[in-house]
Amino acid sequence: MNVFHRHQGATPYLLLLPGVLFLSVFFVVPLGFLAYQSLQSGNIDFGYAFTWQWSNYWDAIQNYRGEFIRSIEYAAIATFFALVASYPVAYWIAFRGGRWKNLLLLFIVAPFFVTYLIRTLAWETILSDHGFVVRTLQTLHLLGSNGRLLATGTAVVAGITYNFLPFMALPLYVSLEQIDARMIEAAEDLYASKWHAFWRVTFPLSLPGVVAGTLLTFIPAAGDFINAQLLGGPQNHMIGNVIQSKFLELTDYPAAAAMSFILMAGILVFVFLYARLVGTEQLTGTAA
Amino acid sequence: MTSIAVEHGERRNPLAAVWSFVKRHVLVAYSVLFFAYLLLPIAVVIVFSFNNPPGKFNYTWNSFTWDNWRYWNGVPGIQSAVVLSLEIALIASLIATALGTLIALALVRYSFRGRASTNILIFLPLSTPEIVLGASLLTLFLHTTAVTFGFETILIAHIMFCISFAVVTVKARLVGFDRHLEEAAMDLGANEWRTFQKVTLPLIAPAILAALLLCFAISIDDFVVTYFNSGSSVTFPLFVWGAARIGAPPQVNVIGTAIFVIALTAALVNILVQMRRSKDAA
Repeated sequence: MNVFHRHQGATPYLLLLPGVLFLSVFFVVPLGFLAYQSLQSGNIDFGYAFTWQWSNYWDAIQNYRGEFIRSIEYAAIATFFALVASYPVAYWIAFRGGRWKNLLLLFIVAPFFVTYLIRTLAWETILSDHGFVVRTLQTLHLLGSNGRLLATGTAVVAGITYNFLPFMALPLYVSLEQIDARMIEAAEDLYASKWHAFWRVTFPLSLPGVVAGTLLTFIPAAGDFINAQLLGGPQNHMIGNVIQSKFLELTDYPAAAAMSFILMAGILVFVFLYARLVGTEQLTGTAA
Repeated sequence: MTSIAVEHGERRNPLAAVWSFVKRHVLVAYSVLFFAYLLLPIAVVIVFSFNNPPGKFNYTWNSFTWDNWRYWNGVPGIQSAVVLSLEIALIASLIATALGTLIALALVRYSFRGRASTNILIFLPLSTPEIVLGASLLTLFLHTTAVTFGFETILIAHIMFCISFAVVTVKARLVGFDRHLEEAAMDLGANEWRTFQKVTLPLIAPAILAALLLCFAISIDDFVVTYFNSGSSVTFPLFVWGAARIGAPPQVNVIGTAIFVIALTAALVNILVQMRRSKDAA
């Protein structure tokens, strides 16, 4: 039943044309160029030649295994912390927020109103060697007297967790908000304990939000290099740092392009495994 | 009811009363702590915009001053960086929202061949790490002489990653939209274009505005994709990145605070309008 049925044939394509053309030329085609570049050999001075240089991929994996693993590890830990930290708050806002819901959600997204780099620099200030966090931890002997937080993996994971937290909290809130409170009441009427009702009713119903939040947090986190650069040391570098420096400082384009593809493949594998774990319906539900 | 129960509990067993108090308020207490954690870095940014740093590092509090605000552009390069960011964000959000709105209309209103693949094309940029978006665009630009690195390449990059956000925002509004209104207009003799102008457009205007604001915010904040495709041009986030290596001046905090306050005000106004509207409707 379409309103514009008279020109059904061409109209949708005309509407799509400019945007889809733009995305094709500046998103799809560039991925092709990236693939092309990743199989080249040579250097910036003597030029690059396409030689089906598959060794770029093997070399990247061999030489930067640590960075690849660290990216996945940091991103996974940060995603887990973000989920655990924001679930209770999303729950609280969804079920107890009342008429203040929108205002509380504004608090959740408030960090996004501060430039990404500036809020990461703020963490650098907070975690700095003479800051009060480090001094408090030292007084409590949780940190040695020479101990520091900056330039550690802890700082990088903390930074990533903070920076992507709203990506986790918002989808969680949306899925919790849609739950009919009567379902939970029904479970309790049927003598489920509060704990039981939560795990058997509320949590399963909020799974779409968990899945969306996990992906929205994990994907940008795995490719991030800003937190590792500003809050970590060289021993905390992630694959993003390597790709960035190979592209922009060392002009080793083929290796950097190969690494970008490995990163994407790694993320796709993760998404796939995750989809198997939670069911594809949840995943496509978020994609639609 | 609960208060009576607590009073009883208090008389019988103070520990049980404490426990029930904790149980009832633990979620609130946790949420307060959580918000404190979320807002702490923002407070640091604002407070340190008034700092008079002892050396070139603005890490430790020294003394209060208005000077950073009075001479916000006193650092070489910061003003041109802010201006460039604003220009790019304005143009990119306008173009991306226009393209995105058209795509959203096509996706919601029509069933056509290629709809599923269009959906995927919109979804993919959202699920690709920014570094890959930036790197792939860079390889494209390296292989062509049609564009020069700088304003043009940054603008193209920003439009590219904003389109999907615009589509998603407008689509959400179109889906929950009563199509009978349009049918009524057509039944009353309005042609397609007039129906679109007089009925559809006013109804989706809030979503278009939301998409504009979202695209503007994403564009002005972007670092990674811009970093790969900027050539020698410097946007505000790039300026911060460069400054951070030698110690960011407090003026960076001033601009950061200003952006925060403007964005917060816009969002608050939006929420208040919504609250008033839902009150009127009730």
